[in-house]
Amino acid sequence: MSMVTTYLSWALLVLGGFLCVSGSVGLLRFPDFFTRMHAASVTDTLATGMILVGLMLQAPTWIVFGKLVMILVFVLLTSPTAGHALAKAALHSGLKPLLPGKGGKIDADPRPSAGGV
Amino acid sequence: MESFIHIIILSMLVTTAAAIVRVKDLFAVTMLAGIYGLLSASFFVLMDAHDVAFTEAAVGAGISTLLILTTLSMTGRFEKAAENPKSNYKPALALTLVTVTGALLIYGTQDMPAFGAADAPVQTHVVPRYLNDSATEIDIPNVVASVLASYRGYDTFGEVVVIFTAGIGVLALIMSTVSTAPVALRASMEEHVILRIVSKMLIPLILIFGLYVQFHGEYGPGGGFQAGVIFASAFFLYAMLFGLTAARKVVNSNWVQALAALGVLLYGSVGVLAMINGGNFLDYNFLAQDDVHGQHMGILFVELGVGITVASVMIIIFFTFSTHQQRDGEPD
Repeated sequence: MSMVTTYLSWALLVLGGFLCVSGSVGLLRFPDFFTRMHAASVTDTLATGMILVGLMLQAPTWIVFGKLVMILVFVLLTSPTAGHALAKAALHSGLKPLLPGKGGKIDADPRPSAGGV
Repeated sequence: MESFIHIIILSMLVTTAAAIVRVKDLFAVTMLAGIYGLLSASFFVLMDAHDVAFTEAAVGAGISTLLILTTLSMTGRFEKAAENPKSNYKPALALTLVTVTGALLIYGTQDMPAFGAADAPVQTHVVPRYLNDSATEIDIPNVVASVLASYRGYDTFGEVVVIFTAGIGVLALIMSTVSTAPVALRASMEEHVILRIVSKMLIPLILIFGLYVQFHGEYGPGGGFQAGVIFASAFFLYAMLFGLTAARKVVNSNWVQALAALGVLLYGSVGVLAMINGGNFLDYNFLAQDDVHGQHMGILFVELGVGITVASVMIIIFFTFSTHQQRDGEPD
C-alpha cells in the first residue's frame, strides 16, 4: 500500500516538474503573446495540480492533506482566471493573435515580439 | 544540495535587481519587484524563517505591488528618458554615492562575526533566553510570535505607530484634494464577468483566511501584520472589480479612519492596563491571575490591535490613491 502510494506520488511529482519545464520552454519559444500565455497558464495549472496531488499522497496527517486540497482549489480557481484576465487585457489593448495565413503558414508579424512586456 | 538552491535563488535575486534597474517600463518594474519579493520569501523559507517569509510574501510581493500599481496609475507608466535635456539626470553623483556607501558597508562586515558563528552576539545575547524560556514563560508554540508580541512588545508597538503615521501622512497629503461626493464609476470593469464571479467566490475565503492568520499566529506562521494585509487585499479586489462607488458602500471611510486609530489605542491600552494592575508598560504578566494566562491574553489583544491598524491603513491608502486618480480623470 505505502509502496504504491510512494511510487504514484513520485510519478506525479516528476510529471508535474516536467510539465513546469515544458511550460517554460513554450513560454520562451512560442511565436506570439497568446500562445506563450497558453503554454504558461495551461501547463502551470496542470503541473501545479499534479505536484499538489503528489504531495497529498505523501501527507503525514489529514490536516496537511486538507491544507493541500485548499491550495489546489485556490490554484484551480485563480490560475485560469489570471490567464483569462491577461488575455483579455491584451486583446483589449489591441494585440491580435497570430493566425495562419493562406498557405497554412503563419504570417510574418511586422510588430516586435510582445513577449517582453 | 541546499546551498545549490541557495545559489540559484540568490543569483535570480541579483538578476531581478539588475532588471529592475535596467527596465524603463514602470509596470514591468513593479512586476519585477513583486517577483523579487517572492524570491526573497522563498529564500527565507529555505532559511527556516517562515514568519518572515510569510510577511515578505504578503507585504513585499502582494500589497506593495498593488499599492505601487495604484500609484503608477496616478503618475505615468514610463521612466523619464535620460536623453531628455529637461530631466536632471546626473548618474555620476548617485553612482559615486552608492559605490562609497557599498564599500563602507563591505568594510563594516569585516568586523562582524562569520555567518552562523556560534559566538556571535545574536546567538548569545537574548536569543537563548527566548528559545529556552518561551515555552514556560509564555507557553505558545510559535516563538516568533512570543518574541514579537511579548518580549519585544515595545518594538512592535513602534512599528504599529509607524504604520498608523503612514496612513495619517497619506491622508494629510492627498485627502484635502478629494471631494466626498460620489465619483462616477469607470465602466471598463463592467464586462469582466468571469473575474467578478471568481472574485466573489474568493473574497469570503480571503477574509476567512485573514482571520485564520490573525488568530492562529501563536501556533504557526502569521499574526497581525500578515492578517491585516490579507484582510485589506480582499477589499482591494472588490474595489478594483466592482468600482469605487460600490466599495465605498461597503467601507465607510470615517469608520476605517477610526478603526486605524482604534488598533493603536487597543495596543496601548493593553500596556496601560498592565501598568494599572501594578506592572510595567506592556508587562502582560499582570493582566490575569497567573502569568501565562496574562501573556496569552496580552498577545491576543496586541495582535488584534496590529491587525486592525494594518488593515485599516492599507484600505485608507488604497482608497485615497484610487479616489484621487479617478477624480483627476486620468484615463486608464
